[in-house]
Amino acid sequence: MKHIISVLVDNEAGVLSRVAGLFSARGFNIETLTVAPVGEGNESRMTIVTTGDESIVEQVTKQLHKLVPVIRVVDLTEGPHVSRELMLVKVAAEGEHRSEVLRIADIFRCRVVDATAGSFIIEVTGGSEKLDACLDLLRPLGLVEVVRTGRVAISRGARETGVAARTGSKTTGA
Amino acid sequence: MVRCLKELNAKTVFGYPGGAVLYIYDELYKNKEIRHFLARHEQGAVHAADGYARVTGEVGVALVTSGPGATNAVTGLATAYMDSIPMVCISGQVPTALIGNDAFQEADTVGITRSCTKHNYLVKRVEDLARILPEAFHIASTGRPGPVLVDIPKDITAAKTDFSGVPDKVEIRSYKPVLKGHIGQIRRAAKLLQQAKRPMFYTGGGVILANASEELTELVRLLGAPLTSTLMGLGGFPASDEQFLGMLGMHGTYEANMAVSRCDLLVAVGARFDDRVTGKIAEFAPEAEIIHIDVDPTSISKNVRVDVPIVGDVRHILQQLAPLLKEPGFQEKRADLAPWWSEISAWRKRECLKYKQNDTVIQPQYVIQKLHELTGGNAIVATDVGQHQMWAAQFYRLDRPRRWLTSGGLGTMGYGLPAAIGAQVARPGEPVLLITGEGSLQMNIQELATCAQYRLPIKIAIINNSFLGMVRQWQEFFYESRYAESDMSFHPDFVKLADAYGAKGFRADRPDQVEPVIRQALAEEGTVIMDFRVNREANVYPMVPAGAALKEMILL
Repeated sequence: MKHIISVLVDNEAGVLSRVAGLFSARGFNIETLTVAPVGEGNESRMTIVTTGDESIVEQVTKQLHKLVPVIRVVDLTEGPHVSRELMLVKVAAEGEHRSEVLRIADIFRCRVVDATAGSFIIEVTGGSEKLDACLDLLRPLGLVEVVRTGRVAISRGARETGVAARTGSKTTGA
Repeated sequence: MVRCLKELNAKTVFGYPGGAVLYIYDELYKNKEIRHFLARHEQGAVHAADGYARVTGEVGVALVTSGPGATNAVTGLATAYMDSIPMVCISGQVPTALIGNDAFQEADTVGITRSCTKHNYLVKRVEDLARILPEAFHIASTGRPGPVLVDIPKDITAAKTDFSGVPDKVEIRSYKPVLKGHIGQIRRAAKLLQQAKRPMFYTGGGVILANASEELTELVRLLGAPLTSTLMGLGGFPASDEQFLGMLGMHGTYEANMAVSRCDLLVAVGARFDDRVTGKIAEFAPEAEIIHIDVDPTSISKNVRVDVPIVGDVRHILQQLAPLLKEPGFQEKRADLAPWWSEISAWRKRECLKYKQNDTVIQPQYVIQKLHELTGGNAIVATDVGQHQMWAAQFYRLDRPRRWLTSGGLGTMGYGLPAAIGAQVARPGEPVLLITGEGSLQMNIQELATCAQYRLPIKIAIINNSFLGMVRQWQEFFYESRYAESDMSFHPDFVKLADAYGAKGFRADRPDQVEPVIRQALAEEGTVIMDFRVNREANVYPMVPAGAALKEMILL
């Protein structure tokens, strides 16, 4: 099963390689990973999508807790949450394909962010399934290149992600 | 930096100089309060710091230079990491401006050591040193201990800054190890202990690391339950106690492995269900509910499902648990353990450690029994890795903690001699015994020079079968006796070698020479090598083949 793990870390040199190294060293799987500074810039938020059964994901979260620069780890899939992904698609479309591309873009509520005589760049946001569906329709029209961010996610409701939740504040040993 | 070390009470350093640490060595030269011990290889320096830490419980300190100095230290760090030994290793680095330039003696030390340290740092500003060093000592020694590496570029060691002392208390927002156990869980544990008909304690290195031997011994004696220990936990509970069943696992005793397989309650204390302990996971303690007390939450339910996990410092938790067992009514309602003990006595009668004595060939087990007898069981014992290590674990029965130095997790050959050096430095007045093999000893034999330089009276016993004995044993059992590259018949004359290093050397070829050699060695004041030519093809028994269930032991 897929799990979305949200990791708040100190924004310091080497923290990404500590997290990535942990996954590779223990044979855990990273499907997507996004990271950017949040707050005042001294913290970073990583969103990691991983697959595995309950015991593997439990090990992943415990091991992440153990890293010194890791402040908080939450498995968002344990509760209600919202997740989004952004994708940029370059399509080389000519002739009647051009209007077809724009129609598809319209259906998926995409934005056209660049257009030349022979191409479009389209920006799509949404759930990963929506992005896949959009991509399937654009593919036969002259797909050149695709860039995706991987998922970012946040818990629903008024509370800050992971605070006062069961997996909340970091009080692990070691 | 040197002042920082002094304030952190790190007054003994094991190291090896080089270009990137010249400024640090210059300060050490001027400062006489920190004792520096010069190893002959960086691996030796790190193992010595490790040995020092195991014996004292303090943070061991190693100092190495950049590039090859740091890469040579890696095996030592990995050894300490696997056995959770508190240590700070300071490595030199090329000047900040040259980092990443493939400079002379440059290595990405922080990158290389990331997976074999608990944490590591690259110091980028001299002002950060007074924060980072105390943090490193704090991280190394708290929670589940481990080695921490601090990589310091040369220009930073040259720079000057105001130093106003180290902070009294280190606060790291994202690092807060748990001390106290969850009281609800501890109550559940007490309840299970009361109901159990066949309880069994299984204890590991965590007991030693947490200094919890006294608490453990008191509690286990109060309950009257049997106890088995991992290799790392030896000495955590007195081996001479009737309740001690010996070590469990691959080379554990028959009674310990049978009891684990049969118990209805297993209490794991500071142990991590390692594959050498559990054998086939699906058949490990199949009838038992499991209580697991450990400081590291990732150790819990990692390999074996646990019914009552208790995360926290082992000593704290045992202190929390003990009063519950002394509450009025607790003992009265307990199950009678007599039937359980009679089962165990039957297993004990199998005498699984018995070996065949003989007049012409020395049996390795006999040497270790004699060493135990003639040192009164009072030596601090370091070992290397292989058959001799298992025989030492089985026959040098320890009654006290922090007197057993062995590379349990990583299984590092060459660990023993430098670790013994660290131990002897820490405990100058006490007998330190190294039990090793002719293969392992040769892996860090250069440290004999360190022994000589500092006049360390370490007694080295080589269980010399002129084979990589454990490799040979596996080849005999599982590869139809094809002894591929395990024959070590060509090795130096260790008696002459001792002489070359300014030590004394004795040899025993026959059983009747064993005792006189040991007596002679113990009477000497300096370093001594005892070369025991033992039965070349003796095997370690019992043995659970890798991946088999604990019950499926091969016995002699």
